[in-house]
Amino acid sequence: MSRHLRTWWHLIGPVVLVVIVATGGMATSPTIQFQLRSVLVTAAIVVALYSFVGNSGVISFGHVSFVAVGAFAAGVATAPADVKPGTFSKMLPFLAKLEIGSLESLLLAAALGASYALFVGIPLMRLSGLSAGIATFAVLIITHNVLRNWEAIGPGAKTLALVPQTTGFLQASLGLIVVMGAAYGYQRSRWGRQLRATREDPAAAQAAGIDIHRQRLVAFTLSGALSGLAGALLVHLLGSITTEQVFLDLTFVTLAMLVVGGMGSLWGAVVGAFLIAGLDVVLVELEKGATVAGVAVDLPSGTRLLVLGVLMFLVLVLRPDGITGGRELTWPFRRPGASVVVSPGGAGDPEPSATGR
Amino acid sequence: MTYLQAFIDAVALGTLFALVAMGIGLVFGVIRLVNFAHGELLTAGAYALLLTKGAPVVIRALVAVVVVVALSVVMEFIYRPLRSVAPATVLVATFAVSFLLQNAALLAFGAQGENMEFLTVLNTAFSVGDLRIRWITVIGLGVGALTLVTMGLLLRRTSMGLQMRAAAADVQMARLLGVPAKRVVRIAFILAGLLAGIVTLVLAVQRPLVTPSWGFLIMVPALVGVVVGGLDRLVPAALGGFAVGFATVMLSSLLPGAQRVFLDSVLFALVITVLLVRPDGLFAGRRRAVERV
Repeated sequence: MSRHLRTWWHLIGPVVLVVIVATGGMATSPTIQFQLRSVLVTAAIVVALYSFVGNSGVISFGHVSFVAVGAFAAGVATAPADVKPGTFSKMLPFLAKLEIGSLESLLLAAALGASYALFVGIPLMRLSGLSAGIATFAVLIITHNVLRNWEAIGPGAKTLALVPQTTGFLQASLGLIVVMGAAYGYQRSRWGRQLRATREDPAAAQAAGIDIHRQRLVAFTLSGALSGLAGALLVHLLGSITTEQVFLDLTFVTLAMLVVGGMGSLWGAVVGAFLIAGLDVVLVELEKGATVAGVAVDLPSGTRLLVLGVLMFLVLVLRPDGITGGRELTWPFRRPGASVVVSPGGAGDPEPSATGR
Repeated sequence: MTYLQAFIDAVALGTLFALVAMGIGLVFGVIRLVNFAHGELLTAGAYALLLTKGAPVVIRALVAVVVVVALSVVMEFIYRPLRSVAPATVLVATFAVSFLLQNAALLAFGAQGENMEFLTVLNTAFSVGDLRIRWITVIGLGVGALTLVTMGLLLRRTSMGLQMRAAAADVQMARLLGVPAKRVVRIAFILAGLLAGIVTLVLAVQRPLVTPSWGFLIMVPALVGVVVGGLDRLVPAALGGFAVGFATVMLSSLLPGAQRVFLDSVLFALVITVLLVRPDGLFAGRRRAVERV
């Protein structure tokens, strides 16, 4: 019992953190509440990215494509049908007339994200290293270019507005918990472990009979579904969206969060997202002018990104494996009856190996 | 003949991209580091030109090149702790530097573009038959070709070039054979800075409006070109940069008017196709078939 608790603590720990942030957030002012909800949604995007990058070790610059697809699918499907034909004259009639509930739109976004990732992944997952990075980046450019200019399927270069703002603390935190649960369930599954083996040593994994292409594709598709879901959460948080909001800036901010936190573990993804997004909230407030410990601080606007840049670089130089060092959250209490002497294997709780299951 | 016109512009842009690609390739060759902040070298040079507005042209050019080379040397120093770090982390770290410098520029100069007014007279065009050619196109081509040839000679005909190529092939072995690795790395960054400085001067005439992302927007397609061409060696990398610049201009003149907005999609679909067919690079040459995993 206690042993299971200790392994599942890797998931329960982050979930507890999310619940604390969400319930604590409800007591704050409306602007801070909005910021905290956006922290939760950003964390969902980072965990979705982690489920592929962390397990496969292949950098993807293209994940925001799936976030964009999810956001626009959910947005277009839920925006009021009596307004759409007037605002977007070139939109396909069935899309313009479509109006579904917010919950259905989340599922739709996840399904579309998965399908798109599967479609893109079949050829692309053969690549690795920098080629994979550039190829996924190319996917991002193409997705942005098509969404921005093909007015039959979306708002084009205009702003898609009047999307129901249903991402409150409940939807944001539940959404994030679902994404974390899926990511953790996957990384502990047989397929997740196979993919992690290919990350450590591709040749040895292949020799052991693991199909690298297939395992990467599975992770990519799952990660596409989670990214799509996170995109839908985002659009329901903002209420309006343009193609520029789900493009380069978001790509690099989310990648930075993952690397700063430590891309080898779910805990790293969560810590990176919460720390950087949380710091971002503080800096935004300081830019507006605030009093800290009796001293009036009023940073010039733009300092925020500068500080983030310096911080990112420093963490990467001082702790190249990220703040968490790529480890999961460890059980905070000593095991009952354990002696004070630490076993030679080290103090941490070793993950049960794949062969041990 | 509009296609010939497009062809000339395509070659001109391709040459510039080739220079940027070569700078990225030089640094990658010796320390296996993709410098995302290479674009900010160009931006720094551009702001140097902006700040020296009114001074004699030669002084402005000199100051700009010195600033770019100095920044490149500083980057070499900053990147030192990254030598023993996983490639993915290095990628994000150099990106952080790029992000940092862009935001510093944003804070100092604002998002509004400012006119550098550098050698504006070269932007006037002359006619050859139906063709309208700007002087800077011709000069850019000449300077670019000259620089590429000089670089080629430097790498092929001098002992320093030999050392650099040795380090690019195998750093460990080169070091054992007495190649001073530290010096080679520094020289690579200085040369990359010089190349970036030259690109800045030509580009400053063609695109006089400098913004914080001025250089970044050139670096991205050039970097794509480097990977498409073949990262491991300099000539393929430069050719890749050329190919991307060339294809950009040619495609935009070939696509019918209404479809021109999809230029990026077509270009990057081509990039993906090339990567899938030749993962080692378009110009990497035939090597032993190694299963890339």
